Amino acid sequence: MLKSLHIDPGKCTLCMQCEMACSYENEGLFNPAKSRIKVFDFHDRFVPYTCTQCAEAWCMSACPVDAISVDHATGAKVVSDDLCVGCKVCTIACPFGTVNYNHDTGKVIKCDLCGGQPACAEACPTGAIAYVDSDWTGYDKMRRWAGKTDSGAAQAHA
Amino acid sequence: MRYVLIGAGPAGVVAAETLRKADPGGDILLLGDEPEPPYSRMALPYFLVGTIDEAGTYLRKSETHYDDLGITFRHARAVRIDPAGKTVALEGGESVAYDRLMIATGSRTQRPPIPGIDLPGVHPCWTLADSREIVRRAAPDSRVVLMGAGFIGCIVLESLIKRGVKPTVVEMADRMVPRMMNAAAGGLIKKWCATKGIEVLTSTKVTAIEDTGEARDPLRVLLDRGAPLRAALVVVATGVRPNIAFLEGSGIETDFGIRVDSHLKSSVDDVYAAGDVAQGPDFMGGWSVHAIQPTAVEHGRIAALNMADGNASYQGSLAMNVLDTAGLVSSSFGQWQGVESGESVERMDEARFRYTRLEFDGERLVGAICLGRTDQIGMLRGLIQSRVRLGDWKARLMEDPQRISEAYVASTHK
Repeated sequence: MLKSLHIDPGKCTLCMQCEMACSYENEGLFNPAKSRIKVFDFHDRFVPYTCTQCAEAWCMSACPVDAISVDHATGAKVVSDDLCVGCKVCTIACPFGTVNYNHDTGKVIKCDLCGGQPACAEACPTGAIAYVDSDWTGYDKMRRWAGKTDSGAAQAHA
Repeated sequence: MRYVLIGAGPAGVVAAETLRKADPGGDILLLGDEPEPPYSRMALPYFLVGTIDEAGTYLRKSETHYDDLGITFRHARAVRIDPAGKTVALEGGESVAYDRLMIATGSRTQRPPIPGIDLPGVHPCWTLADSREIVRRAAPDSRVVLMGAGFIGCIVLESLIKRGVKPTVVEMADRMVPRMMNAAAGGLIKKWCATKGIEVLTSTKVTAIEDTGEARDPLRVLLDRGAPLRAALVVVATGVRPNIAFLEGSGIETDFGIRVDSHLKSSVDDVYAAGDVAQGPDFMGGWSVHAIQPTAVEHGRIAALNMADGNASYQGSLAMNVLDTAGLVSSSFGQWQGVESGESVERMDEARFRYTRLEFDGERLVGAICLGRTDQIGMLRGLIQSRVRLGDWKARLMEDPQRISEAYVASTHK
């Protein structure tokens, strides 16, 4: 069964271990600015936020050079550095803002679920980020929003 | 069911793939009038620089992609459509029959009617063939004149600089990227270009181009003000227009593009249109041609679902663009010009080349412009397209428009 990241903001303590782990795993340095997961601090609550690997895959369909594909083992939408030309269309097409341009490499970066072992979930000390069976993940909220931004195709599939 | 798709750009290719999923037994014919496999014009600037080879521009990388999906891809140009007989006439005399037809013929570059516009060395940058010619002529240290500082002009500029040419940009309008940026943002991009040693002449027209016959930088470009420019190459990027001329007499209703309804159907039964050639519902309730990649693929997918007897309705296309001008990234979304009785806020940091402007209609964000920022800019699309009421975050954004991502997450993750 496919697994997904399950995010429970109620358990987040703003320790930022996820951002550190993500940037270290993917960029080789402890730099939250290069993290693919971001924790938002609203003072009374903290919200870890990253790509939900949404079914619409706005980034993937907008890519003009086929540089984003589905990893069938994890369901993640993965950027191929070899194919990405750095045109940034995916960064505006993704209505969640979870594909970002990396000036240093001239390519885009996004969450790829670390190939099935997400470093953020492993680093999270409170279980606010967990990697669990897709059936009961709490991405519903984001998916509802995906529905609201939908361009029409989801209605046809429904 | 026999589907014929005219045009093998992103809209046509996505439509063919969607049709295959929606109708596994359907007969799908995809027609492209250029000699290469379906490729992406968006990728051409990166081919110009040499970041990728020609194959890197192809929309799908597997050589057998279309065969694998049972899609027949054919190099052919449609010259006429007969909706009564349900046939498409091809160049060379042959005609093909369809049950459902999609017109995804894209757009073509406009050449301003000035003397010398057809001289060798004067090129649009629209096709792979154009790009090869530009690569051949844009030798390091040669002079290049770019006519037009719109989206295409700016993105080609970036590539030309990387090739080591000396470019001069000539733009008729009073600012750079006039259809994507307001005066403040366009002005900042021009200032950025100046710091990079790129000459940009705004409010200036090219009046004629002459061939001097000299070996080095043979073209002489005459302007309506100031001294003529010399160039080895003139790149024409003065806008594009939908490819609809071949539809004359077909009975298919056209305006600026082919008029389509929210199902992407034209005025004629069984004929659909998608991408740059389609003038469809936009997100603000009007009818627009949005010649951008995201609209092309959304059109292609939705039109195809409907062609295969589905019922998919399009919410409307949202104007959006992201552009890299010699290293300065700019983006704009939706109603960046603002709406009547709307409110706006902007922050300019000229020294750091950063600019943000947000346009509101009541509690909702309806448009935005960003310069010098690339992180989480997709959220601007999310905020506009989900029509979320910002509540308290409206006031916070009016105070500090940089807080886009917080406003987005706070408003959508309650």
